[in-house]
Amino acid sequence: MIFFVLKRLAQSVLVMAIVSAVSFSLFNFVGDPVNNMVGQDATREQRIEIRQQLGLDDPILTQYARFLGNALQGDFGLSYRIKRPVDELILERLPATLELVFVSAIIALVVGITLGIYTGIRRSAWTSRIILSVSLVGVSLPTFIIGIALIYVFAVHLRWLPSSGRSGTMEFGWWKTSLLTIDGWRAIILPAITLSLFQLTLILRLVRAEMLEVMQTDFIKFARARGLSERAINFRHALRNTLVPVITIIGLNIGGLIAFSVITETVFQWPGTGLMFIQAVDFVDVPIMAAYLVFVALLFVLINLVVDILYFVVDPRIRLGN
Amino acid sequence: MTELLKTNDLDVEFPTRRGTVRAARSVSLAVGPGEVVGLVGESGAGKSTIGNAIIDLLEAPGRVSAGSILFEGEELCGRSESEMRSIRGDRIGMIFQDPQTSLNPLMTIGAQLIETIEKTCDLRGSSAKTRAVELLEQVGITEALPRLAAYPHQFSGGMRQRVVIALALAGDPDLIIADEPTTALDVSIQAQILDLLKRLCRERDLGVIIVTHDIGVVASIADRVVVMYRGEVVETGDVAQVLGAPRHEYTKSLIAAVPRADGKLDRFSSVDYIEGNVEPFQRIDIQTHWLGQAQHERTSGNAIEVEKLELSFVLQKAIIKRNRKLVRAVADVSFEVKEGETFGLVGESGSGKSTVARLIAGLHRPDAGVIRVNGQDVSSSPRSGAARDARRAVQMIFQDPYSSLNARMRVIDIVAEPIRFYRTASNEAETRKIVGELLDHVGLGAQASLRYPHEFSGGQRQRISIARALASRPRILICDEPTSALDVSVQATILNLLKDLQQELGLTMLFISHDLPVVRQMCDRIAVMRHGSLCEVADAETLFSDPQHEYSRHLLDLMPRMDLLGKAEV
Amino acid sequence: MSLQENRPTTRWQRVRDNDIVWSFIHSPGAVFAAAITLFAILACVFAPLIAPFDPFDPAQISLWDGKLPPAWIEGGQPQYLLGTDNQGRDMLSTILYGGRLSIMVGAAAVCLGMVLGVTLGVISGYVGGVTDAIIMRIADVQLTIPGILLAILINGIGRAFLPLELRQEFAVYVVILAIGLTDWPQFARVTRGATLVEANKEYVQAARIIGLPGWLIMLRHILPNTLRPVLVIATIGLALAIIAEATLSFLGQGIPPTTPSLGTLIRVGNDYLFSGLWWITLFPAIALVVLVFAVNLLGDWMRDALNPKLR
Repeated sequence: MIFFVLKRLAQSVLVMAIVSAVSFSLFNFVGDPVNNMVGQDATREQRIEIRQQLGLDDPILTQYARFLGNALQGDFGLSYRIKRPVDELILERLPATLELVFVSAIIALVVGITLGIYTGIRRSAWTSRIILSVSLVGVSLPTFIIGIALIYVFAVHLRWLPSSGRSGTMEFGWWKTSLLTIDGWRAIILPAITLSLFQLTLILRLVRAEMLEVMQTDFIKFARARGLSERAINFRHALRNTLVPVITIIGLNIGGLIAFSVITETVFQWPGTGLMFIQAVDFVDVPIMAAYLVFVALLFVLINLVVDILYFVVDPRIRLGN
Repeated sequence: MTELLKTNDLDVEFPTRRGTVRAARSVSLAVGPGEVVGLVGESGAGKSTIGNAIIDLLEAPGRVSAGSILFEGEELCGRSESEMRSIRGDRIGMIFQDPQTSLNPLMTIGAQLIETIEKTCDLRGSSAKTRAVELLEQVGITEALPRLAAYPHQFSGGMRQRVVIALALAGDPDLIIADEPTTALDVSIQAQILDLLKRLCRERDLGVIIVTHDIGVVASIADRVVVMYRGEVVETGDVAQVLGAPRHEYTKSLIAAVPRADGKLDRFSSVDYIEGNVEPFQRIDIQTHWLGQAQHERTSGNAIEVEKLELSFVLQKAIIKRNRKLVRAVADVSFEVKEGETFGLVGESGSGKSTVARLIAGLHRPDAGVIRVNGQDVSSSPRSGAARDARRAVQMIFQDPYSSLNARMRVIDIVAEPIRFYRTASNEAETRKIVGELLDHVGLGAQASLRYPHEFSGGQRQRISIARALASRPRILICDEPTSALDVSVQATILNLLKDLQQELGLTMLFISHDLPVVRQMCDRIAVMRHGSLCEVADAETLFSDPQHEYSRHLLDLMPRMDLLGKAEV
Repeated sequence: MSLQENRPTTRWQRVRDNDIVWSFIHSPGAVFAAAITLFAILACVFAPLIAPFDPFDPAQISLWDGKLPPAWIEGGQPQYLLGTDNQGRDMLSTILYGGRLSIMVGAAAVCLGMVLGVTLGVISGYVGGVTDAIIMRIADVQLTIPGILLAILINGIGRAFLPLELRQEFAVYVVILAIGLTDWPQFARVTRGATLVEANKEYVQAARIIGLPGWLIMLRHILPNTLRPVLVIATIGLALAIIAEATLSFLGQGIPPTTPSLGTLIRVGNDYLFSGLWWITLFPAIALVVLVFAVNLLGDWMRDALNPKLR
């Protein structure tokens, strides 16, 4: 077990090293950092001074080592545009994104898996057919269109819920939560549904497909031949075997939620890291882009690590070896 | 004798879009308590369909369209799903072919047993557990209690099939249907499982229906035999009568095609009852034909020489060499094959016999040792021109006729590939002519060349494979279990074809098989392999009459008894 | 079981007899999806011929005709069937031209990703060893970053590289590159998996024994046998690429408003949604969703039809 985790950990470190190298190279290849710091009309002397200050004349490996050292301490420098430390900016906006992703993940997992099992067991019921057809529409709806439609219906037309922004926050240290007030929930519900819908349909379809696949196996046929009840076959035999591949994809999907939070946050003007990232891209604000890249990769790597460990727990073939 | 199960004029249909397939037609059979009935037939005979129909587990859209199934006097046809569920497991048990896939990989053996016991026996908790231990012991699994906590992947194939049998017995059924229960197992395990089934049948007064394609299995276990052909029962009777003095033409042909272990025949008697099985050969004159024109220099007399061959596979990777887990697939193997002879390599699965073949064919590189083909060393610098030229003389016929042909290529392109690549024909027209003649020669006919592999049966595909091998104008043909995926009747015709080709072309043949009777019919000399090394090399007749090595004797003992079949006509 | 005898003989009958064709003809969803997809592709390819106006021709646009509602609503004008946008362009024509751009960008991006991914996947699977390890590690690392984020990033970097005056002109190519480059690991993984299966099959070993060189085995034997799953992924990938392009454009990162794609149209329309000009958003959005839905439906059917286990 320890060996297994260590191995995965080593792989994760490798991935992070590569991602950090990519984000480091952003500084060097995208735009001129000096221009970004002082603007076009600085004198030559000013420029040279800043170059030295930033250590831009050092060998590239030294610069990378420094970048890594700083990054490990959470220091990604100053935002070109807002002129504030990037780590501060990210920490400020992190709770908004994480809460949004959390609520969406719960919706996507609970509804997606439940409907997936239902359609997998009742293959030919008309309710299953309807759910499946609707889910295909769901896969075809771009996130931003869902967002616009929800805003139009619930905020503009019915005026039940706010159309944008986050409200009703309460502070716990640096963490601002909106999950403890009714206002906060009213604000989060539309963006959370928007964000979860696409992943929900993916999970639903995946669980169903895996369920059907497992139903074709010999051991299900043998379980039938032993006269076991449908219930035992569906839940004890089929479902557990379905879970093994589903866990991986669900891990990826939660990563997908983080990615699509960029779009949802833009549509709803949700003050999270995604909105900050997209604004940074607009202005080629490299420190924020680089930090966000590292941050997302880190989240992903952590999720994958958890997934691998879950795999290990669920599947005795991996746990006990052959 | 009172009958346990009786089917009367049972019809099973599979409606498809091309019309209704009648998989079984008015099948009547009966099983009594304490009796083993062998249900034999070749693929497509409908034998498994009958087994599935009895416990109402036909695959969709199959259904019983007529007839009745009487079990202990009750009609089973038309029962509701919940009524059938109380019969399955409780009163009729079922065993499937592949123990690898029959058990849920994520549940312990104990959990699967206890779940079944709780459903069928009204036992709970610790008494269910006690019963599970008893069952495992009854099927010959020792130290049963700790093994309840083990997962299926921790058991060997034979052990898993024992667990499957224990599960089938859990509800103390009166009838067991075993669908090819030993086909996926090695010979030695096969014998143990058959003994177990037979013993359980006698001890518990169980009725057993054993569905199989293997006459050997029937001969060693069945009391009575039901022979099926194309969905119909053609003959039913006592095992000694059906195997020893068959009455129906099909049964006669089928039994004649079974390879004999008790003497060498010149040719196999092919099953002429099956229409279209015997195709006229358009023979070509080897002396003048393209096929006979390969430049071959006679060498020292040994076509293949293998010295101290070693090969290990990495089971578990590790950066440090010491930590790698290796399995020695081939260990210190040396032998030589004389020009023009057929050399047999026999052994159970995992013995390394196929690996040796693949080493000689150049599909693997040995860790150590020398391979010489027609005197040329092909192992030390395999990419050199001389080694490549020598290798061109070696071609191979594979086991699985379904994966050995590229499904996206027409037969002509498959067979012509070596001719076109090496430009051994002067132009495209000649290539096409040669391919047509090769197809004729292997008994397929030139008109096959424009079709795709999926339009052919297993035996026909094997003929295409042979034509492809011939297109390289080989001197040495490696046959890796060439007929073990085929029906007995088809096997006979393919083996005859290989024998003919060898004589005409003076081919050297390396014949790999687990099937001793087949090897006896085909080979001049035989090597016995076990765990990667050679046990014994001997002339074929000597090996069968006077085996020297202990393991050879063990293997020969395991051969299914065919004495019921009457004396072979030598 | 003998039904092989009365197999149809003529060419057309044989095509109809093919299992996949049969399943297509008998699946109303698939036929519907194929019809919509075909219709959309034709409509967009021939947009210059069938569109009533040319939205890129300043002579045909007049601001006086701006913000007109669809023809059937009071205030609408019959020559503008779906109304006009804020600049006075005919919505129907803009949608046709925009859809044309969306389909072209999507298809080009998928082709790029497919060629790259399939090539690397086959090589990775067949050659193995260090080559395999390097290619697959790159794919793994790339999969660590969600596709749409990476596309935004590549797109942003790509634009930052271009001088300002070329950004508009080359925006389309940058978008294609960004989506194509994020797509390839999917193709590489699937192709590699299929290659590993095929490479162990006996027909490939037979080809090796004949002495064919590796590239020929990969090209002639392995590649054609791995295309089925690739086809499914490419179809679903097309839907995803069209969505990705629309998303980028919606975020203001993709196709500029001067040559609008469907995503750009929705972005522009969104600004007018709250002032009641719903048609500027709604019609492009419907066009986009119907197009993506049809492609997805086709991909969905294809996956089931090509998977013999579920038939």
